[in-house]
Amino acid sequence: MTQADNIDAYASETGAAIDAAASLDEIEKIRVAALGRSGTVTQWMKSLGTLPKDERAAAGARFNQLRAGIEEKLAAAAQKFEAAALAARLATERVDVTLPVKSEIAGRIHPISQTIAEVVAIFGEMGFRVAEGPHIEDDFYNFTALNIPPEHPARQEHDTFYFPESAEGHRRLLRTHTSPVQIRTMLAQQPPIRIIVPGRTFRSDHDATHSPMFHQVEGLVIDESTHMGQLKGCLIDFCRAFFGIDHLPVRFRASYFPFTEPSAEVDIGCSRAGGELKIGAGADWLEILGCGMVNPKVLEYGGIDPAKYQGFAFGMGVERIAMLKYGIPDLRTFYDSDLRWLRHYGFLPLDVPSMVGGL
Amino acid sequence: MKTTLGWLKTHIDLAASLDDMVSALAMRGLEVDAIDDRAAALKPFIVARVVSAEKHPNADKLKLCRVDIGGKEVQVVCGAPNAHAPMLAVFAPVGSVIPRTGAVLKASAIRGVESQGMLCSGYELGLSEDHEGIIELSAGLTVGAGFASATGRDDPVLDIKITANRADCLGVRGLARDLAASGLGALKPLAIDPVPGKFPSPIAVHLAGPDDKACPLFLGRLVRGVRNGPSPQWLQDRLTTIGLRPISALVDITNFLTFDLCRPLHVFDAGKLDGDLALRGARPHEKLKALDGKEYALDGEMTVIADNSGAISLGGVIGGESTGCSDSTTDVFIEAALFDPVRTAATGRRLGIQSDARYRFERGLDPEFVRPGIELATKLVLELCSGEPGEIVTAGAVPQWRHTIAFRPARTWTLGGLDLDPREQRRILESLGCKISGSGDTLSVDPPSWRADILGEADLVEEVLRIHGYDKIPAVPLRRDSDLPKPAIDAARRRTDFVRRTLASRDLIEAISFSFLPPAQAELFGGAPEALRLVNPIAAGLDQMRPSILPNLLAAAQRNADRFEPNAALFEIGPQYRDDTPEGQDEMATGIRVGRSGVKRWDDPGRPVDALMAKEDALAALAAAGVAADNVQVNADPPAWYHPGRAGTLQLGPKTLGAFGEIHPGVLAALGVDGPAVGFEIFLGALPAPRARGRARPLLRPSPFQPVERDFAFIVPVDLAAETLLRAARGVDKKLVTEVRLFDVYQGKGVEDGKKSLAITVRLQPNDATLTDAQIDGFSKKLIETVEKATGGKLRS
Repeated sequence: MTQADNIDAYASETGAAIDAAASLDEIEKIRVAALGRSGTVTQWMKSLGTLPKDERAAAGARFNQLRAGIEEKLAAAAQKFEAAALAARLATERVDVTLPVKSEIAGRIHPISQTIAEVVAIFGEMGFRVAEGPHIEDDFYNFTALNIPPEHPARQEHDTFYFPESAEGHRRLLRTHTSPVQIRTMLAQQPPIRIIVPGRTFRSDHDATHSPMFHQVEGLVIDESTHMGQLKGCLIDFCRAFFGIDHLPVRFRASYFPFTEPSAEVDIGCSRAGGELKIGAGADWLEILGCGMVNPKVLEYGGIDPAKYQGFAFGMGVERIAMLKYGIPDLRTFYDSDLRWLRHYGFLPLDVPSMVGGL
Repeated sequence: MKTTLGWLKTHIDLAASLDDMVSALAMRGLEVDAIDDRAAALKPFIVARVVSAEKHPNADKLKLCRVDIGGKEVQVVCGAPNAHAPMLAVFAPVGSVIPRTGAVLKASAIRGVESQGMLCSGYELGLSEDHEGIIELSAGLTVGAGFASATGRDDPVLDIKITANRADCLGVRGLARDLAASGLGALKPLAIDPVPGKFPSPIAVHLAGPDDKACPLFLGRLVRGVRNGPSPQWLQDRLTTIGLRPISALVDITNFLTFDLCRPLHVFDAGKLDGDLALRGARPHEKLKALDGKEYALDGEMTVIADNSGAISLGGVIGGESTGCSDSTTDVFIEAALFDPVRTAATGRRLGIQSDARYRFERGLDPEFVRPGIELATKLVLELCSGEPGEIVTAGAVPQWRHTIAFRPARTWTLGGLDLDPREQRRILESLGCKISGSGDTLSVDPPSWRADILGEADLVEEVLRIHGYDKIPAVPLRRDSDLPKPAIDAARRRTDFVRRTLASRDLIEAISFSFLPPAQAELFGGAPEALRLVNPIAAGLDQMRPSILPNLLAAAQRNADRFEPNAALFEIGPQYRDDTPEGQDEMATGIRVGRSGVKRWDDPGRPVDALMAKEDALAALAAAGVAADNVQVNADPPAWYHPGRAGTLQLGPKTLGAFGEIHPGVLAALGVDGPAVGFEIFLGALPAPRARGRARPLLRPSPFQPVERDFAFIVPVDLAAETLLRAARGVDKKLVTEVRLFDVYQGKGVEDGKKSLAITVRLQPNDATLTDAQIDGFSKKLIETVEKATGGKLRS
């Protein structure tokens, strides 16, 4: 019997032992017996040096092949037992995956904040910048400079909240609109001006459709050439972007505001079929904002030369457009801080509106 | 302003449908709020003749009628006792909707006899409460004609919103003029035939002075021998359809002219006058019992018409009771004047009188139409009440109202954005009553006497655009002056937005509450100065400008608690008010947590809210605003509305950034809030200005050497602020120490009374070489010494 026969016999013998092994321990014992420090294969390989020179290479190759074969079989067998052991362990491990977890983000952004952010996102694309002003105002900024003299009938319609008269006979008020910021801006800078002014406004009116505090967004554009065509373009673009309706009908009707001349009211198309209000092309119109070309007298009060400059202004109710866009039925609920309402109509904190990201 | 289509048609030959007219008005700034088309509901009903009415064969109380409905006869079963031949009645055909019930009339057999319609009572048509019998129409109406049109019930009532600048449209003729200018028909001429006076007036009129601003023009005329009484049906119908109550012919005439031509007048019973009429300011303590039955106390700022007995009428506002006309009036003195808008408005407002006359005078009336007004009134008085007219007496003169505006038709393009033929512009302005002279680029335009609102070129551009139609102005995009949009908000507003979204991401819900609250609540949060209290609040409790947002949020939390939502976490970003100047308005980020940290869950039982939860929120808000928590100093000296021992202020150098902590239990009790409640307030305006430019971060140099962590525990006095220890530890070697973490706070067994144990982990990060044991030991020794010295404590052994 040649050595090669011996090796083959050993290989098949060991292979059979591995196949018959019943545990990782037995596999280990076989490994030690074959490949351990004094294992058979190891001993054989150590004996290579005793062989005649010309036989060494062939014998070395045979031994290596033998060892690789055994190692491979051992590894496969070990893996089999490990997999079985893991399966046995996993079979005992359980989590009730139906248990409820904390997955909700409970915080919300108020619809007024979100709506203002949307309005800013749209007008921002048209080159407007946000400006703000104080809520406690002077008669001059709230009325006189906006071409509403003391006994003007329009003043009565404003239902103004007043503070007590000071010793100097000065009487401050809560601004009835965001328009005073037009004057403050004009007095602070020369044209070109392009601002939007979101903020709180106040009127002494309280019923189903009026709140003593509400929000407006004011817009003002002053330069040398902007005319009513751009006023129309700007507001049509806004309405369509805000409501997300490409061909939303937008109508401009003549109206009157002391601070603009010509003045217009803007309606958007809607349908009231079946008692349900739907924004879009339809049989009806819905008034949503007021606007006009800035009255030359207002420019004068703002320290701007009306012979050189002109422009437009507009104003709208934030709650109103929010109610229309988001189907909020009652104005008064905006300020109730009812958690059910805030969770229902509020927005997720990471829902940051932008024109490119969507509104 | 109410009118009817028929009334409008007395001034214009209308060449448009009702719908077209309504939308034309709306587009021209005369918005029609409501159309009461009374004819629509009555449309199916027609005039019919009862040809025969015989007893129903099977019922005693029913009649079997043959009815002529215009070229066709039908059979109708009718239960009305008054049905008879050959009366004219109102016939409802099968399929019509009965106005009173809304039911659709069906063909039916009544007691075995077919009925092909119905004869209607006034009740069924919604016209009266009479359901005893059917309507009997006056003879002479055309059989088969529509009932509504045959009886004049088809005149729709329009309610039109008139803007404050359009006094001229507070008369029907003004509306007609705008419609005519808009091409919807031809304006009918208004004939004003002066009525010659037949005798000199025994009553004169006087103004207070030659140049009386309160009333520049005052006219009067006596008509003798009139017979007053109910006015004729047409006049009563005119007034009732627009909601006015007919009183007597003389009074109805003044009301008619008020609405028809926007010319208010007053009629005095001349028999009750004592001497001449004079216009003057009311005297001190003077009183007037007015036609509304109320007595008013007057003052010198109010213009009265007086005779020898004193004030008998409030000029432009309301007449007096003592000299009013009644059925026994035989001599009437008609008064027409031009009262100053400002004084009229002020008088009406101070006395709380809202009359049709005041409404018109305060908007400014046509100064040229005072005399025509009195002539037309005279004519109507003579027609309706007969009598003999005296001569008109006059005081003052028509004030100067004419002015010329330089108008460049090109401005319709450069301001209005509409390229319109100058000839059409001219036509529009002329049709509105403007007189135009000149030609070329600049025209001279004199607006008419009834359009005091047209003051300058922009007004003329508006008139041209308005009449031509805003819908004809082409919309052009508003281009921005840069290719890419620039930021719309500045750095401070961007920071505010970030704070808002950070707080919301911490499970706080954003609220928006009123800027005002009850003074008693303001007192609890820093004070309720009188200067910040509204003099005319909408309700008690909505009158004090808030000195803090906290009370509003706490009240909201309690409202939610009352609805079984005991755990509220709310915040608001908004104003609070220190004083009434622009600088006294502080922008705040304020939040509260009330009840427990959350509802009880299987994996988190939650816990009552505590001061440190509010601190976490406050520091998160500050971090969002770019203020690192490590730089913020926390002091235990909170404002009075916080718990004195469980709250603190947040400082950055000398600046107070805000406060946080448990709300004072006494304050909660006063607010009626169950609690527990914690809150925080951040002054957004006090935060350091965000760096305007330069977003580059400092270069990151991660160390290649192993960091080391060491733990230390110290026994310190129980009232020692943890911050004192942490600050001392951080200061030992600012280069080496990258973090000091408090990981244990212990009091109790093993620690003597009056002491507590604070344990920290200190992380050391060398940058030049790995730390040796000797270096670490040296550091530890130094740290222990420093902390013991700073805290008066001892290393825990």
